[in-house]
Amino acid sequence: MPEGRFKEGIAGERLEASQYSENFSDLHPPLDHHEALVESDRCYFCYDAPCMQACPTSIDIPLFIRQISTGNPIGSAKTIFDQNILGGMCARVCPTETLCEEVCVREVAEGKPVQIGRLQRYATDIAMAQDKQFYQRAEPTGRKIAVVGAGPAGLAAAHRLARHGHAVTILEARPKAGGLNEYGIAAYKSTDDFAQAEVDYVTAIGGIDIEYGRALGDNVHLADLISTYDAVFLGMGLGGVNALRAEGEDAEGVGAAVDFISVLRQADDLSALPVGRRVVVIGGGMTAIDAAVQSRLLGAEEVTICYRRGKEHMNASEFEQDLAASKGVTIRHWMQPTRVVVDAGGKAAGIELEYTALQDGKLVGLGQTVTFPADQVFKAIGQTFVGDALNGSGPAIELEGGRIRVDEEGRTSLGKVWAGGDCIFGGDDLTVSAVAQGRDAAESIHRALTANGRA
Amino acid sequence: MADIRNNFVGIKSPNPFWLASAPPTDKAYNVVRAFKAGWGGVVWKTLGEEGPPVVNVNGPRYGAIWGADRRLLGLNNIELITDRDLQTNLREIKQVKMDWPDRAMVVSLMVPCEEQAWKAILPLVEETGADGIELNFGCPHGMSERGMGAAVGQVPEYIEMVVRWCKQNTRMPVITKLTPNITDIRKPARAALAGGTDAVSLINTINSITAVNLDSFAPEPTIDGKGTHGGYCGPAVKPIAMNMVAEIARDPETAGLPISAIGGITTWRDAAEFMALGAGNAQVCTAAMTYGFKIVEEMIAGLSDWMDEKGHRSLDDIIGRATPNVTDWQYLNLNYVAKARIDQDACIKCGRCHIACEDTSHQAITNMVDGVRHFEVIEAECVGCNLCVNVCPVENCITMEPLAAGVMDERTGKPVSPVYANWTEHPNNPAAKVAAE
Repeated sequence: MPEGRFKEGIAGERLEASQYSENFSDLHPPLDHHEALVESDRCYFCYDAPCMQACPTSIDIPLFIRQISTGNPIGSAKTIFDQNILGGMCARVCPTETLCEEVCVREVAEGKPVQIGRLQRYATDIAMAQDKQFYQRAEPTGRKIAVVGAGPAGLAAAHRLARHGHAVTILEARPKAGGLNEYGIAAYKSTDDFAQAEVDYVTAIGGIDIEYGRALGDNVHLADLISTYDAVFLGMGLGGVNALRAEGEDAEGVGAAVDFISVLRQADDLSALPVGRRVVVIGGGMTAIDAAVQSRLLGAEEVTICYRRGKEHMNASEFEQDLAASKGVTIRHWMQPTRVVVDAGGKAAGIELEYTALQDGKLVGLGQTVTFPADQVFKAIGQTFVGDALNGSGPAIELEGGRIRVDEEGRTSLGKVWAGGDCIFGGDDLTVSAVAQGRDAAESIHRALTANGRA
Repeated sequence: MADIRNNFVGIKSPNPFWLASAPPTDKAYNVVRAFKAGWGGVVWKTLGEEGPPVVNVNGPRYGAIWGADRRLLGLNNIELITDRDLQTNLREIKQVKMDWPDRAMVVSLMVPCEEQAWKAILPLVEETGADGIELNFGCPHGMSERGMGAAVGQVPEYIEMVVRWCKQNTRMPVITKLTPNITDIRKPARAALAGGTDAVSLINTINSITAVNLDSFAPEPTIDGKGTHGGYCGPAVKPIAMNMVAEIARDPETAGLPISAIGGITTWRDAAEFMALGAGNAQVCTAAMTYGFKIVEEMIAGLSDWMDEKGHRSLDDIIGRATPNVTDWQYLNLNYVAKARIDQDACIKCGRCHIACEDTSHQAITNMVDGVRHFEVIEAECVGCNLCVNVCPVENCITMEPLAAGVMDERTGKPVSPVYANWTEHPNNPAAKVAAE
């Protein structure tokens, strides 16, 4: 038993060295050949299939599953990539339990849906392992398009634009492409550096340049993009994190869950990564779960998620909640933070929460409080779009609800500018939706550029 | 408690489950294991004439088709008759019969199509104390090229001739095993009866190629790059075998001829179905080769429990009970009208019934009603074909409901007639008109 387990405060090396790789191994190991055949045989090949309707990218799920069952995983992968070039990552991170698998008729019939996500991974893994490229660039059109952000929306847009023969430049603020796939997803959902492998697979089509360290509003300006390129696609993520609005929020040990997740994903040596002995995560979504579970996996002794509403209101799916529970995370409902308890050294020592309830449909504090000891507190109460950089760097773009307003084709209020992914209003903050928006915006851009016989 | 003791042409066994002539009955070791497991009898794997035994291939002998879960659905083989010395087989048969006197011991035989050859082997078999012989006129590969097996079974005159030789040269009951690789199974059965056979057994295996290897472009099983047709058996052949059993059972010329049923029998239910169609007992091979001999426990208990539940006291109460209900198409009641009905509580909305009906049949099932995914039968279009029932993944979700006499058939706009009327008297039948004139 390593002594690190009992270190007070925030510390690394809480576990045996060998334990880390085990803890952060693949959450859903890939199906082997026989498992894939048996699972694919469970699909009823439904007419006008509900799963396909539920998929934001409208993958022809019955067809790709049937192709697996007939021994054609490569053809199956093409069916998937036709609709979703990031089908490999979506197979890993999609909350299938609230999308395709939730409406699978076998879920309805027997509570055991066809494992669509794992089958999708089976087919895409095989194609990607063979570096099977299904698409060729059309003849160069001479058109240049700027894509801001190399996340799922940007990559999907770039790939579709490249297919149409346009020259794409992706401007990425971070040192790596992938966006949340690279920086924002729990490590056990994307092992073996899959996010980068996928970026390579997508950009292998050619005609896509990625410039790193290029941040909008910093060294890139929207006005310049508009004047330099034939079209611009904005695919930025959410740069801000909602504040706790609780006393002591600035204490050492209080931080954003997304930063913790990002650092963890980029860490070469997980054992060196410090984590609190007692961790409290504030929030009720996927980010809260990812941060809490990974805190446990790093060796935190007590991890508690505190959410201000009830279980049924949590954005995290039932599956994610169960996953957290199975890893030893405690989820507490109906309490909101009022104060971070700070020790003499300015470090977080605990968190005080007030019990809440719904009264007349409104969330109210009940005055009663409870204090949990905590040497690390993660905020996971939502992210915000930082529009300043955008509008400071060019002509004003219309926002709605703090995010970019787009029409059904992804067009913004500016003529040559499209947008998709988490930065737009009305989305659901899912990778798969970002892919759909990027893809569809690319088609819209292509239509616009090829109108009047140009290009 | 139901009595499932079997008496088949005088051969008695404690239950009607025999192992068919095949690899499981090739030697004493296997047969003793089978008897210990509870099998009622065996048909010892086919013996050939005295002399150097046949040889088998040394590569794969079996090919198969499977469901996606690897459940074996059909098996084929290119094995020949026993490749063991005749005297060894006879010695073992005698010993096993002596040790297991209550079990049926039938010996399968295949010798050249000459009377002398049969005259020579029959006394040797008789001397073992075996209960009867089965004439292998079915083996479709290897032996047929040498003028034996199916080469005899496909020529009714030869069947009659060989059966007669056997009946003249032995006191043992003769069971004639028929090949399905013919156009009309009644012809060889009639020939066997004319020759004096005590019973027929069927079906032997069906000529088949189970698969083609798409890398080597060779049929499976592949022996050094080549393959040949083998004999197909297992669950996949059961419907073919049942029809053939029924054809013989209801043929006026062979009615009453005892039948030992063979063909994909895997469970007690399969056996019961064959017996209902007229079989006196059931022979099993593929199921034992797939799961081992223990399956007979399920067969014995299942048959007995079902008979108890239904009040059948002995096998005679069930044998042939379905035979009178097998008829020719022309005698089916054309005034019988049934419509599919979908149990909405059981429906899981997969839409297979809709697309099967829409694409390939009668456009009689909705997929959307008032903008909601909903599958419902349109009675005015439904011809009662049963396709939706067969493609529905949920048992009893779609059922065929007969319309009572007098009820309006919305498809024809006419009330259902209470009168039985078949094609022979239908106005559209030219033959019926001729008959009426």
